[in-house]
Amino acid sequence: MPDLTGPIVLDEVVPARAPWTAVVRKGQTLRIVDLEGNQAVDFLMYALADDAERYSAQDTIAAQGNIFLRTGSVLMSNEGNPMGVVTGTSVEYHDTIGGACSCESNTLRYGHHTKSQHACVENFLQGNARYGRGKRDMVSNINWFMNVPVEADGALGIVDGISAPGLYVDMRAEMDLVVVVSNCPQINNPCNGFDPTPVRMVIAG
Amino acid sequence: MTEFSTADPAGARAHARAMAGLRVESQPTVPASAAEDRPEGVDPQAMLWAETIAPGGYAAKRLNRGARLRLVDLKGDACVSMLLFNAERPVERLNVADTQKVQWNAYLDAGKLLLSDMGKVLMSIVEDTAGAHDAFCGASNAASNARKYGTGDNWGPHPNARDRFMLGVAKFGLGRKDIHPCVNWFKGVRIAEDGATRFNLGPYAPGRQVTLRAEMDVIVVLANCPHVLDPRPEYAVTPARVLAWRGEPTPENDPIRNATPEGLRAFQNVEEDLRR
Repeated sequence: MPDLTGPIVLDEVVPARAPWTAVVRKGQTLRIVDLEGNQAVDFLMYALADDAERYSAQDTIAAQGNIFLRTGSVLMSNEGNPMGVVTGTSVEYHDTIGGACSCESNTLRYGHHTKSQHACVENFLQGNARYGRGKRDMVSNINWFMNVPVEADGALGIVDGISAPGLYVDMRAEMDLVVVVSNCPQINNPCNGFDPTPVRMVIAG
Repeated sequence: MTEFSTADPAGARAHARAMAGLRVESQPTVPASAAEDRPEGVDPQAMLWAETIAPGGYAAKRLNRGARLRLVDLKGDACVSMLLFNAERPVERLNVADTQKVQWNAYLDAGKLLLSDMGKVLMSIVEDTAGAHDAFCGASNAASNARKYGTGDNWGPHPNARDRFMLGVAKFGLGRKDIHPCVNWFKGVRIAEDGATRFNLGPYAPGRQVTLRAEMDVIVVLANCPHVLDPRPEYAVTPARVLAWRGEPTPENDPIRNATPEGLRAFQNVEEDLRR
């Protein structure tokens, strides 16, 4: 991993299955490290000044003409403004179409026996609740370290990951942000290698 | 020059009332039973909505469970962006990611479901002659329209889909936070192996249509603005026709309801929610 520039203002490990929130100021870099490999990190962000402006997967896809997030990808808001830039990553690409697992969507994908399992939307709701945000603030998110290919006929699925222990992604904030993360607890598909693990968060600059 | 004096209320009233009976290309037909393009086999009294949405225009409507909603690309260059809410509890809304992920497919066509963020089906696609839709690229916004057309404001000549949505949802008491990721009808986007978006500009034949069935009471919000990937420098979009009529709720033996195990559970979750 390349050195981060500027002082380290935060360096934390997010336990497996847990939510995490932080403010990332314009110009600072958030580094996420996939400590044990193939751990999906579900990620939302909001403009600190106006949280009705938030990350938009659709605006990001339209602006870059590609569904995958790679080094250089500009992460756009729902109002067409750059919120962050992927300044570096050791993973070939990351996902932004797969969304977040929820208790409710788990009942569709796997059956009603999964209804009581912990899920990313539960983490997002808990992470956002302390800021007064709620369900209306759930939108399509980023899944760092998750692999969702789309085949020629439109077939799509969360498949085996392409990350590995110690791989990372760096995002530089282009505005003051509130970041809300779910360290994905999903155990019914390969997004976490069927074994949720901790990830490391570093904010520098 | 006017034949009315509008200097006093009586004259102004006469002037206003003399407009009755004017017809323009893009407007609602009220009552909808009077629509000349009522679908074959639909009783006039079953018609719920008939409206032509102007280029750059928008419309919103509550529809009950079982209602059919037909969107028609009248001239071959419409782009109808859609938001969708549970009318009873609008905090439940369309979830594009779940719609694609749960159905294991990214493309919208006949037989597909539009799923909510609560594991339920909001609407199903019962007929589609267009075959070119988009669930990836979302709505244009003020900034993207300003870059392409110079302006993007609701009060100008190049309204953007997001700000049209803002007005549409506001009329149901909803706000900017309720403008969720949308689907775009009539303009196709496909994904290449390397993840690139491939926009299908057409040209498309006039009269293409997609027909949806409401699987719960819904609020539908539509905006007819150029697709955000449309490469043409001019604000190119043509009117869209909206027709809705009353219909029976989906029966247990419906082929769309039973097509996949995931979809069946989405119907069952609705039926369970509606049990009283």
